[in-house]
Amino acid sequence: MSYPNITGETVSFQGHNGDKGEAYYARPGKPGRVGGVVLIHHAPGWDEWIIETTRKIAHHGFACISPHLYFRDGPGGPDDVGARVRAAGGVPDNQVVGDVSGAIAFLKSQANSNGKIGLIGFCSGGRHVYLASCMLADGINAAVDCWGGSVIVDDPKQLTPKRPVAPIELTGKMTAPLLGLFGNDDENPNRDQVNRTEAKLKEAAKNYEFHRYDGAGHAFFNYARGPAYRAEATADGWKKVFAFYGKHLGGAA
Amino acid sequence: MCSNIVEKAAMHGSAKGPSGWMRIDTANVYYDHPFHAPLDHALGIDFICEADGGRERVAVEISRASALELIEKIKAALASGDAAHGITVACERPALAATKGDVAGLF
Repeated sequence: MSYPNITGETVSFQGHNGDKGEAYYARPGKPGRVGGVVLIHHAPGWDEWIIETTRKIAHHGFACISPHLYFRDGPGGPDDVGARVRAAGGVPDNQVVGDVSGAIAFLKSQANSNGKIGLIGFCSGGRHVYLASCMLADGINAAVDCWGGSVIVDDPKQLTPKRPVAPIELTGKMTAPLLGLFGNDDENPNRDQVNRTEAKLKEAAKNYEFHRYDGAGHAFFNYARGPAYRAEATADGWKKVFAFYGKHLGGAA
Repeated sequence: MCSNIVEKAAMHGSAKGPSGWMRIDTANVYYDHPFHAPLDHALGIDFICEADGGRERVAVEISRASALELIEKIKAALASGDAAHGITVACERPALAATKGDVAGLF
């Protein structure tokens, strides 16, 4: 079902270390309590596509918040702020997990919350979903990793003070079911890395489902990036996301 | 843009951005997913001044072929400029480029 009568607004939330930042929050115009979703933005930043995607999730019946993970690096447009963050080597993992935890608290404090929490993230946000699902395990009911790169770290030089642990090493802590969507032409994660991630989840007896799309690479949902966008894979992927949330967050698909 | 891999080059010069000319001291160079260019991957250069806080930038996102073409044209422009002036223009970083030979050696 869809709920086009949504409400969307920029809100303040309390993130890592109690820092106050901005987030976009959209909720469906449907009566009763609903599941909540934290949308973790991609590496380019908190841009128009991320805001639109937050509204899309509300349109499908879930309260959704997208915290601006680069709010400490503002002001400026998302591209300029994203460039600063990239030049600084990205944002620290513990800070992201703290911000996600704050966004979860925001959702749970809303009168419309049914107490269930989902995550979704794209690109670097997909990696953050994997990480947060392990580090905040008890607070997550459904996790969606969309082509998160560097879950597996093959080059030890990729481990930095900001990203000290490969998320794959934390797999045992994950308790929520995980949905993974990947393009078979992606380079990060590539097919081999996706296969190895799946093997690790299987070995640890985790509840997961992975879907791979031929002819799709990185960011294939993103119509704002023409060369990457794949319409059929996107339509099928969103169908799987909303069915997954409908099953685990108590909402309507 | 998943990688956050950036090559930093020290610069001495100026760039013109949205609020006019500014001095620059750094070029952040990367090859990754672009923000705006209609490409899957692009060579990006952000010219900034870290000494002034690095808040403002002059940015380009160009294709791999464009980047290679630009390298060749920079080489050609420096070579023809050197030839036209008959001397190598005095450089504030003589260790990098003091003579025509040194300029050619950079590439």
